[in-house]
Amino acid sequence: MTGKRLWSLLAVALGGLYFLLPLAGMVDFSMRMKRGEYSFEAYRIVLTDPQFQHTFLYSVGLALLTIVIGILIVVPTAYFVRLKLPGLRPVIEFITLLPLVIPPIVIVFGYIRIYNTSSILPLTGSWWGTNILLLFGYATLALPYMYRSVDTGLRTIDIGSLTEAAQSLGAGWARILTVVILPNVFVSVMSGAFLTFAIVIGEYVFAALLNVNSFGPYMVWMGGNRAYEPSALAVVAFAITWACMGLMQLFTRFSKFSTARR
Amino acid sequence: MAFLDINHLQKSFGELRVVKDFILGIEKGEFVSFLGPSGCGKTTVLRMVAGFETPTSGAIRIDGQDVTGLPANRRKIGMVFQAYALFPNLTVADNIGFGLKVAGEGKADIARRVAEMLELIGLPQLGGRYPFQLSGGQQQRVALARALAPRPQVLLLDEPLSALDAKIRVSLREEIRRIQQDLGITTIFVTHDQEEALSISDRIVVMHQGVADQVGAPFDIYNRPATRFVAEFVGTLNLVDADVVEAVSGRVRLGDVPVALNRPLSARAGERISLALRPETVALGRAEGHDVILSGRIADVHFLGSVIRIRVAVGDQLLSLDTFNQPDRPPPAVGAAVEVSICDRDLLVLAA
Amino acid sequence: MTTSAVSLPAALRPRQLLNWVGVAPFFLFATLFLILPTLNIVVGAFRNPQGQVTLENLGKLFSPSIRAAFWISIELSLLTAVLGCLFGFLIAAAITLGELPRWLRNGIITFSGVASNFAGVPLAFAFIATLGRLGFVTMLLRNWFGINLYGSGFNIVSFLGLALTYLYFQIPLMVLIITPALEGLRREWREAAESLGASGLQYWRMVALPVLWPSLLGTLALLFANAFGAVATAIALTGSSLSIAPIVLFAQIRGDVLNDPHLGYAIAFGMILLTAIANAIYIFLRMRAERWVK
Repeated sequence: MTGKRLWSLLAVALGGLYFLLPLAGMVDFSMRMKRGEYSFEAYRIVLTDPQFQHTFLYSVGLALLTIVIGILIVVPTAYFVRLKLPGLRPVIEFITLLPLVIPPIVIVFGYIRIYNTSSILPLTGSWWGTNILLLFGYATLALPYMYRSVDTGLRTIDIGSLTEAAQSLGAGWARILTVVILPNVFVSVMSGAFLTFAIVIGEYVFAALLNVNSFGPYMVWMGGNRAYEPSALAVVAFAITWACMGLMQLFTRFSKFSTARR
Repeated sequence: MAFLDINHLQKSFGELRVVKDFILGIEKGEFVSFLGPSGCGKTTVLRMVAGFETPTSGAIRIDGQDVTGLPANRRKIGMVFQAYALFPNLTVADNIGFGLKVAGEGKADIARRVAEMLELIGLPQLGGRYPFQLSGGQQQRVALARALAPRPQVLLLDEPLSALDAKIRVSLREEIRRIQQDLGITTIFVTHDQEEALSISDRIVVMHQGVADQVGAPFDIYNRPATRFVAEFVGTLNLVDADVVEAVSGRVRLGDVPVALNRPLSARAGERISLALRPETVALGRAEGHDVILSGRIADVHFLGSVIRIRVAVGDQLLSLDTFNQPDRPPPAVGAAVEVSICDRDLLVLAA
Repeated sequence: MTTSAVSLPAALRPRQLLNWVGVAPFFLFATLFLILPTLNIVVGAFRNPQGQVTLENLGKLFSPSIRAAFWISIELSLLTAVLGCLFGFLIAAAITLGELPRWLRNGIITFSGVASNFAGVPLAFAFIATLGRLGFVTMLLRNWFGINLYGSGFNIVSFLGLALTYLYFQIPLMVLIITPALEGLRREWREAAESLGASGLQYWRMVALPVLWPSLLGTLALLFANAFGAVATAIALTGSSLSIAPIVLFAQIRGDVLNDPHLGYAIAFGMILLTAIANAIYIFLRMRAERWVK
């Protein structure tokens, strides 16, 4: 009995060491900019850097827009598949899993080949086009997570009865989706949204290859040219990831509470 | 000493005492049921016998050997669980042969024994199936065969029927009893269903709050419950208030009707006590040998098929009675004035 | 009677059309941004610049430098997948079966959610800050224990360093996937095995591992694909000094090593092929796992 516990504690302790040391190293390094003392100098430099502010806000904007696009694409699809077109489920599930199978770098390579300046749809030729491409690319990356969480959310509510109830009260499809279905899967949509945010905010490959100067390429540039600031950036990125996951858990817990009340 | 001897067994989880001083001897080949509501400690006692829980104090002996400190895998005990617990990755045959394989028996011996067990549970053609391909009833039969295959000294059944449909429950419990009697294996059967316990046991242990309230044959448990809890938990019961007139010879009054119980009472004259009465001992109208006659009004009538349960308001008390259905005699109407009769011997005086 | 029989399909048609309109944006999106780009790569891999069908591009995959890059990638992905599975399994087993307090289990699950998503550029920075030349652990070892990590040949910008870094998201991913599987092992299976005379080892060998096996192998395949497609972490950590397949492709696309876009197609195709195989194995084994446990 106690032996089992001892081994488990040992495994967790060793794991903890491996996982906490890089965090400690990152925090320690980020604060050693001034010789001989701990300071927040690296953070001050990073946070006041106009480039940081610009690229970071840019990535936040991209992430938020990605979430909106993701919701617009995924919620109606998941809803119609569950309610009206169950035969399509295997196809849709297969497609939503593809972004996990195909390496992101391959997908963006495809974009560059298809949507280059000499193609029918020369998206890479303009600022707007490039950003649209990037947004839909991010929506592709987020698709597996977004679809999964929305579909799970739909499974827990009886969308058939909800839809019929709304129809009997005279609601049309658009109204059913926005007023009845979306609020009921709000929690799962949000958990997908936070995950999307965490994926998009520091994304590098898509942005770099489409020549968009967002937070990911900025971090890599800093990594190549500075010593202490990258660690400060890593701490910031880690904090954002924690915040996203924390909010996700909070929402999930909230959902348990609300279903229990119902 | 009994074949399976449970001696002053105690079990506490932290502050909570789940089993308090449990004593029981089970003879070889006996079928004993532990009956009680959930949380009464019956499953905990079973799990201590199996070796999954360590008693806080007390001892368990099987065939004279103290097994209290022995790990579960050396106790030679067969166990059947509520939720079947068949190994999902093994076929029916491999599940049944598991215990033999672990014991290192030869392939041919295992195959022979597995075939024998499949025959015993009446599923000789299903050896190659996986558990998920079987119905609940079939799975539980296989679980029984798996438990019996290594020829255990004791068979433990932990609510084996409660996950099954009502009809299968009845047929499987009869089959369990048949197999148990065929093999003559010492068996403990845990259940919260009194009908189950009454129908297949040699003896029943009624458990309540970690204590064995009464141990006895089904007939005795039902007809002579030792405590109020046993009386209420096993079967249906009327509780009637009576005023003690004279304690030594046991004379009481039910409302205005004097009744002679002919038993000494622990209560004193003038005090009020509860008497218990099974519905089937109350007769509608005057019956032969029933010397206590009460008059009342029909409060409600429940037609249950072969039995009609009628509730009669006598004074300010409700009395349930059971009569058999007779096609040419419809039950009385609600509100009709009736007489009911009881025999004073059927009135049970319950310890608190 | 006849009128209703005629009018029924007519009334149904617009409604069914509406259902398809509901899913149309999804298919348009998937076609434009997922399927067409991928097909373009696959087709391009079999075409020469003149547009004729050829196997020449794929042949270039076997040139020594490309083959070496793929080989390092496979080794790296396989190693981190195997070690990620192993260590992830141990941690998951510790928190599910190890009788540890509930808060510790929940904390580790939450942390795994964070760490499995803490990949890419910041992760590389964290490891440079920890095991780089002036890193936290490097200095700690030198100052406290007198161990000169870099003197003994270690370098974070290396295969080993990259593997150590990848494990930071591989292990948590394994923990996240395998913990529910371990929690799915029912207590009664263990007890049934024990009452039938099996030792703990026999229970694991004959019941628990066979039940978990498809999940374990499947997760291995998923981790393999996960590591194989990772680019940002490798670029931020090593620049382009370590030639793994995705970095070679990255350089090709960037035009750093400008020669032949069809070689890029071939490399990309090779990557799809490998991750597709890994995931096909994953899906196949997943299905087998679900055959046992409904």
